[in-house]
Amino acid sequence: MTNATSPDTYKRLLEVKGLQTYFKTDAGIVKAVDGISFTLNKGETLGIVGESGSGKSVTNLSIMRLIPSPPGKIVGGEVLFEGKDILKLSESELRHLRGNDISMIFQDPMTSLNPFLRISTQMIETIRLHKTMSRKEALAKSIEMLKLVGIPAAEERIHSYPHQFSGGMRQRVMIAMALSCEAKILIADEPTTALDVTIQAQILELIQELSKKLDTAVILITHDLGVVAGMCDTVCVMYAGKIVEKAKTDDLYAKPSHPYTFGLIQSVPRLDKAHDGKLFSIEGQPPNVIDLPPCCPFHPRCHKAMDICRTKYPPTKDLGNGHEVSCWLFIDEKEHSHE
Amino acid sequence: MSKTTEKRPLLEVVDLKQHFPIESGFIIRRQIGAVRAVDGISFTVNEGETLGIVGESGCGKSTTVRSIAQLYKPTSGSVIFDGIDLVNAPREQMLDARKNIQMIFQDPYASLDPRMTVRTIIAEPLEIYRTRGMLDPSVTKDVIERRVEELMERVGLNKAFKNRYPHEFSGGQRQRIGIARALALNPKIILADEPVSALDVSIQSQILNLLHDLQKELGLTYVFIAHDLAVIEYISTRVAVMYLGKIMELSRSSDLYKNPLHPYTKALLSAAPIPDPVIERKRQRIILTGDVPSPNKERFGCYFYDRCPYKMEKCKTNIPPMKRIDENHEVACWLYE
Ligand SMILES: Nc1ncnc2c1ncn2[C@@H]1O[C@H](COP(=O)(O)OP(=O)(O)O)[C@@H](O)[C@H]1O
Ligand SMILES: Nc1ncnc2c1ncn2[C@@H]1O[C@H](COP(=O)(O)OP(=O)(O)O)[C@@H](O)[C@H]1O
Ligand code: SF4
Ligand SMILES: [Mg+2]
Ligand SMILES: [Mg+2]
Repeated sequence: MTNATSPDTYKRLLEVKGLQTYFKTDAGIVKAVDGISFTLNKGETLGIVGESGSGKSVTNLSIMRLIPSPPGKIVGGEVLFEGKDILKLSESELRHLRGNDISMIFQDPMTSLNPFLRISTQMIETIRLHKTMSRKEALAKSIEMLKLVGIPAAEERIHSYPHQFSGGMRQRVMIAMALSCEAKILIADEPTTALDVTIQAQILELIQELSKKLDTAVILITHDLGVVAGMCDTVCVMYAGKIVEKAKTDDLYAKPSHPYTFGLIQSVPRLDKAHDGKLFSIEGQPPNVIDLPPCCPFHPRCHKAMDICRTKYPPTKDLGNGHEVSCWLFIDEKEHSHE
Repeated sequence: MSKTTEKRPLLEVVDLKQHFPIESGFIIRRQIGAVRAVDGISFTVNEGETLGIVGESGCGKSTTVRSIAQLYKPTSGSVIFDGIDLVNAPREQMLDARKNIQMIFQDPYASLDPRMTVRTIIAEPLEIYRTRGMLDPSVTKDVIERRVEELMERVGLNKAFKNRYPHEFSGGQRQRIGIARALALNPKIILADEPVSALDVSIQSQILNLLHDLQKELGLTYVFIAHDLAVIEYISTRVAVMYLGKIMELSRSSDLYKNPLHPYTKALLSAAPIPDPVIERKRQRIILTGDVPSPNKERFGCYFYDRCPYKMEKCKTNIPPMKRIDENHEVACWLYE
C-alpha cells in the first residue's frame, strides 16, 4: 500500500458542513437551508427526502453554486468536493466543476434542454465543453449515450428537436446528457416526479444501472419514501431547512427515530399491507421558514413535544452506525443544561 | 359498512364513449380523426361505496368523470344515475339529478376562483340552484350563510376565515375549501379527480382521512381517481384499472394487490414503489418498454398489445371482452379466455 491518505478521506467525495442558505424577502429572512451537514461517499446513492419547501432544491443549487443572488446567499458552511471548498472556487473553476465533476438532472427536462436546438447539437456542445473531442467523436459518443438510456433508433432520432420526444424520452435524453460527461457525482432533483409509475420505474432503473456501470455517486432528491427505499444507501430527512434525521436506509425504515420521520413513514398508504379505518396522520401544516425562532421546527405538530422543544433547537445525537437524529427526546435531561 | 345491506347501484355507466374530434383546415374545418379519450367502458357504482379509477396520465380518467358529470356530451353510451339516464333526460331533469353529483379537483389552486372569498366559493352551488329556483324556498340567504359556516367547520376550516381569499390558504386547506363546496348541495355522489395527487404526504393523509370520515357520516358514494395505486387501494371498495380509454380490470380493492390478473395491472403494481427497503430489494419488477401509444387511432385488437409482455397472435386482431372471473373480479385479456 503506497496510498498515504486514510481510507476514510479517500472515500469521501463530497462533504457538506454546516451549510446555510438564506433568502432576503419582503416578508423577512427565509432560512431555506439552515446548517445542514452530510457526506457523500464514492459509489454511494444518498437520498434527500422531505416535503415541498423543506429546502431540498436549495441544498442542491447551493452545492452547484447556482443560488440566484440576490435574493439568495450562502451565508455559512463549507461544501468540500474531494477536499476542496466549492464555495471558494472562481467562476472558471466552477464552470469546470459543473458537468465535469458534478452534473444535474431536474424534474422538468426542459430546464436543461433548449427547445430550438436539435438534440444532437445540444449533446455535442455539452460534451465538447468538458472533453477535448472532435464534433464527429462527440456525435458518436452522444449516440452511444442515447442508446445506453434506451432511445430506439438513436442514430436518426438524435437529430430531432426536444418537442418531438415524449416526457419520459426527454427525461432519458437529459440523463444521457448529464452522464455523457462522466461526472463523479450526479445530482437528480425529483427526476421522476412528473412521470407515470411505469416510466418512473424505467428511469430509476436506468439511473441505478448507469451509476453502477460508470461508478457515479448519486444524490437523489425526492419526496417519495418508496423511491428512497428502493434506490438509496443512505437517507437524510429534511424538515424546514434542517436535516432532522440521517441514517443507512435500512436503519431509517426499521427504526425511524425522529417523530417527523416516524409520522411520515406511517402516513403513507401501503399496498402490501392490510388496512382498516384511518391512516396515521401528522396534524397541522409545515412551518413557514420566515423568521423561524430557534426552536425545534416540528414542535407545533409533534405529539411528544416538551417545554425545551419550544425554546431551543435540539443537538444532534448519534444513535450508532451513523444514525443521527436531532430531537430532544434523545437527549438526557442532565444534558439539557449543557447544550 | 354493514354486510346485511343490499347493494343498490347508484351509478351505472354503460358502454360510454367520449371522442374528441381532431379538425383541420382554416376556413372549412373538417374532422380528420378523433382522440378516443374514453372508448367504451362499463361499470356500476353501488350506494355508499368507493370506486377507484387508476391508470397513467392520458388514459381517460378525467374524461370519464367529466362525461359522467355531463360536462361533455358523451359520443355514445349511457350514464344512469339513480334511475335517470343523464345523457338523454330533458335538461330540467338532468340538472336536478346533477345536484346530487359533485366534483373535487386535483389542483386546488386552479379550481378555485382567486377573486372570490371562501364564503362565496362554498355558497356558489347553492346560489346557482337558488337562482334557478331549484332549491326549497326555505333556503334563504341566512340559511346559506349558516350552511357555509357549518361546512367550513366540518372540513376543518376556521369559519372566522370565511372572508379570506384562496391564496391566503395552504394547499391542503384549499383542498378542504373544494370539499366544502362539493358538499354544499348535499350530494349523493362525489367525483374526486386526483384530489390528493398534488399534496405532500402528511397533508395527503389528512385529506384521505377527512374523505373517509365524510363518507361514513353522510353515506356518500365516491368515484375516486388517482394514479397512486397505494392511495387507490386504501380508499376504494372496488378498483377499475384503465389504459388507453378502456377498463382492463375491475376488482375488489383487497384482491388487486394479492391477485392481479391483467398484465398491465401486474406491471403497474410491480412499478409502484413500496416504502420498505427490505421488500424493495426482493421485488421483481416488470419493466414495460416504450411509452403509452396515441389514443387517436382506432384499435382492432387488445389496447395493451404494443406493450404487453404476454401478447399472443390473437390479441393483435381481437379486442378481449370483459370477462367475469368471480363475483368480485373482471378482466379484459385473452389469457383468461
Ligand atoms: N428564489 C427564492 N426566493 C425566495 N425564497 C426562495 C427562493 N427559492 C427557494 N426559496 C424558499 O426556500 C425554501 C426551500 O425551497 P426548496 O429548496 O425549493 O424546497 P424543496 O424542498 O421543495 O425543494 C422555500 O420556503 C422556498 O420558498
Ligand atoms: N377536451 C379535450 N379535447 C381533446 N382531447 C382531450 C380533451 N380532454 C382530454 N383529451 C385527451 O383525451 C385523453 C385522455 O385525457 P384525460 O381524460 O385527461 O386523461 P387522464 O385524466 O387519465 O390523465 C388524452 O389523450 C387527452 O389529451
Ligand atoms: S389480451 Fe393479449 S395483449 Fe392484451 S393484455 Fe392480454 S395477453 Fe396482453
Ligand atoms: Mg424542490
Ligand atoms: Mg386527469
